Amino acid sequence: MNDQIQEWRERVRRAASSGDALQPRGGGTKSFYGRTLVGDVLDTRAHAGVVGYEPTELVVTVRGGTPLAELEAVIAEKGQMLAFEPPHFGPTATVGGCVAAGLSGPRRLAAGALRDYVLGVKLLDGRGEVLNFGGQVMKNVAGYDVSRLIAGSLGTLGLILEVSLKVLPRPVAEATLSFELDEAQAIRRLNEWGGQPLPLSASAWYAGVLALRLSGAEAAVRSAVQKLGGTRVDDGEAEALWAAVREQTHDFFVGTGQSAGTAESALWRLALPSVAEPLGLAGEQCIEWGGSLRWLRSSASAEQVRARAEALGGHATLYRGGNRDGEVFHALPAPIMAIHRRLKSAFDPAGVFSPGRLYNGF
Amino acid sequence: MNTIHEALAPGEQEADFSGVDKVRVVEALARVLPAGALLYEAEDLRPYECDGLSAYRQVPMIVALPKTEAEVVAVLKVCHELGAPVVARGAGTGLSGGALPHANGVVLSLARFTRILSVDPYSRTAVVQPGVRNVSISEAAAPYGLYYAPDPSSQIACTIGGNVAENSGGVHCLKYGLTVHNVLRVRGVTIDGEVVEFGNHGPDAPGYDLLALAIGSEGMLAVVTEATVKLTPTPQLARCVLAAFDDVTRAGDAVAAVIAAGIIPAGLEMMDQPATVAVEDFVHAGYPLDAKAILLCESDGTPEEVAEEVERMRAVLEASGATEIRVSRDEAERLRFWAGRKAAFPAAGRLSPDYYCMDGTIPRKHIGAMLEAIEVMEGKYGLRCINVFHAGDGNLHPLILFDANQPGELERAEAFGAEILELSVEFGGTITGEHGVGIEKINQMCSQFTRAELAAFFRVKAAFDPAGLLNPGKAIPTLNRCAEYGRVRASGGQLPHPELPRF
Ligand SMILES: Cc1cc2nc3c(=O)[nH]c(=O)nc-3n(C[C@H](O)[C@H](O)[C@H](O)COP(=O)(O)OP(=O)(O)OC[C@H]3O[C@@H](n4cnc5c(N)ncnc54)[C@H](O)[C@@H]3O)c2cc1C
Repeated sequence: MNDQIQEWRERVRRAASSGDALQPRGGGTKSFYGRTLVGDVLDTRAHAGVVGYEPTELVVTVRGGTPLAELEAVIAEKGQMLAFEPPHFGPTATVGGCVAAGLSGPRRLAAGALRDYVLGVKLLDGRGEVLNFGGQVMKNVAGYDVSRLIAGSLGTLGLILEVSLKVLPRPVAEATLSFELDEAQAIRRLNEWGGQPLPLSASAWYAGVLALRLSGAEAAVRSAVQKLGGTRVDDGEAEALWAAVREQTHDFFVGTGQSAGTAESALWRLALPSVAEPLGLAGEQCIEWGGSLRWLRSSASAEQVRARAEALGGHATLYRGGNRDGEVFHALPAPIMAIHRRLKSAFDPAGVFSPGRLYNGF
Repeated sequence: MNTIHEALAPGEQEADFSGVDKVRVVEALARVLPAGALLYEAEDLRPYECDGLSAYRQVPMIVALPKTEAEVVAVLKVCHELGAPVVARGAGTGLSGGALPHANGVVLSLARFTRILSVDPYSRTAVVQPGVRNVSISEAAAPYGLYYAPDPSSQIACTIGGNVAENSGGVHCLKYGLTVHNVLRVRGVTIDGEVVEFGNHGPDAPGYDLLALAIGSEGMLAVVTEATVKLTPTPQLARCVLAAFDDVTRAGDAVAAVIAAGIIPAGLEMMDQPATVAVEDFVHAGYPLDAKAILLCESDGTPEEVAEEVERMRAVLEASGATEIRVSRDEAERLRFWAGRKAAFPAAGRLSPDYYCMDGTIPRKHIGAMLEAIEVMEGKYGLRCINVFHAGDGNLHPLILFDANQPGELERAEAFGAEILELSVEFGGTITGEHGVGIEKINQMCSQFTRAELAAFFRVKAAFDPAGLLNPGKAIPTLNRCAEYGRVRASGGQLPHPELPRF
């Protein structure tokens, strides 16, 4: 076993017996996400590099500390991409952090979420054990699907040493259209289009304008452009737009999460059924993923936002800003919380890894 | 080594259920179930003794046939209280013995949960009960131009509850995903009678991804009582390219070449010559019988898109050495091409009294080598094997032909299958792509995972089922079992045959 992993194993075991906490950290670009971090930083960047990549297998295996930008560059050379289009939130983002945060970008609308592309992980758990789950193949039902459990677990179950991801060919053609629509019209149109065989790959509604991206074969994109109408957005502008939405550098997001504690700067993420009616809460919104992702900056109280999300059949996350010592993720029903606690102690009985990052108390 | 992990994880030791008192369980269940929902006489229990893997049989102690979620809750509470193991059952088409009953346990059949609760074209979702057959969902969605994408060959019989439990796939999952990619929410009941929901009607749920854990969990974490599935718009057109090859390795390489060209076919299947010959007799698909292997490569989308993609497929397949290429001219011909592939299992059944279907998945590039190895094994075990592969995702279904009435043939077939699975692991793959571990592949789990990994699986199970009563003895082998099998994998990533490339 590699010296770095050996050193980390010992560190985890020491922490487990002394009752100390560790927080795995890559580039720190997603430290804002989740509850306030505690514990000594374990810098994952010491374990980096692409371990294996064969484009014809559609799989890449990388160490957790590998810069996300490096991974994307390696696969782009072969005409492939991470189809879930993950946000980086800074040039230093790592693959491990990306998987631990479990965040997907605009293409999630059509391609699925990050967790859909996780094929295997190598994990250093809270006992200091190195465990392999899943693998490098597309279909694998041997044992429980722990790799997907790790996606989005925010470092609370262990340190992601290595991950195997499914990659896809980049679409041959892309086009972005824009439509002037109000919130309710945009939601309705997105859901109607979603039921037709159209090559939709991203959507973003903000301030009365809906941007819609189409991706796929030349012929498919061309006929969809004709069918849908709207105004064609210049390719360069479109690329900048989707990057800004993904990286949250778009006008809507600027200023969010700046001064922690003030409700106005808080950014809420509401994940809802795509058909959910307009929120009707005060404030500004940006709507993605065909209507199922609603970003909200609002002076409404946390209770109001959460109650509204729940009433619409979804959940709300205090994404940036606000009080990060309180709960930022939506409350879980008691039996589900009990399963969470037992899963946490299954992988990390001493509570070494990122305690309290997901929910208070574990 | 450290000592923290030395204590056994819950479930790591074989459980003993011999003390379960049948009379008490029957009495308690009779109090919570209506008449006709409880079977406990030998002749009534017989139909439940096995699933699609009939080599393993066990008559259960009791069968419960609830019709409502409240009844499922009540049954589970009774079993929990009296310590009786519970095996959920859908249509019993599973191929790994997942629904094999427990001698001292209750089979919980979901056969009466057959209602499609809603089909909503606007949100493109359907809410269904677990006993709904896979194909019924697509039939109900068809009027809206929608369908449920995962299409196991058993789709006219298997249930969505079974699909969730096995994370089933089909011939179109290369492009459209497996069950895990197409189920949004699962509602179920844990062994202590709590109703839980994993996932939801939005894009994600708060906290850990319990939905991903539940899917493919072989009925060991919770009993599914309802599922919300995603519906996909039906493509305007689909066409299938049939390519013949005079060499199996070349056919295997062509699969990689298609992917390398940036094409993700809607389906990419491979059959070797013995398989095409076997099905041709039966369904008259018009396959070229002199070919050593054929590929079926499907394109779907708008007519323009399909025309463009079919040309690209044709070019790649020609460059890869295809000896003949046919493109389906109409829907009837396309369905005929597929009919042969989908009839592979029944065709095997016509060739031989029994067949044993394997399910390993390997990196695509090893398909040729695997086929060669299987040919050698046919000689070694004195049994024939026909090969049908979900080639696009490297999922192999070698069908080993044998006759259980001939002394020793079943044992030889099992040894043959085990060797294929061991080789799948050595090639960097897995022992099961879509059929599940069940009871069948439980020994090979000892080859694929280390003790620490198996212990982690037991702890995951205990997080949902602390009492260890849901489908005990399946999927995750105990330490004793691995010791008997003689193949506990060394800790620290030491694989057998380390010289083989893992990629
Ligand atoms: C001819 C044939 C072709 C096949 N082709 C394919 C194929 O192409 N792809 C594929 O993936 N599989 C295939 N299979 C395998 C099988 O059909 C699938 O595994 C299917 O999902 C099993 O569904 P079932 O309803 O029959 O489940 P069962 O066999 O009854 O049960 C399977 C497992 O699911 C559990 N289970 C069932 N219902 C529930 C529930 N409600 N809650 C919790 N657990 C439950 C059981 O305990 C068991 O562990 C094929 C089988 C046959 C016989």
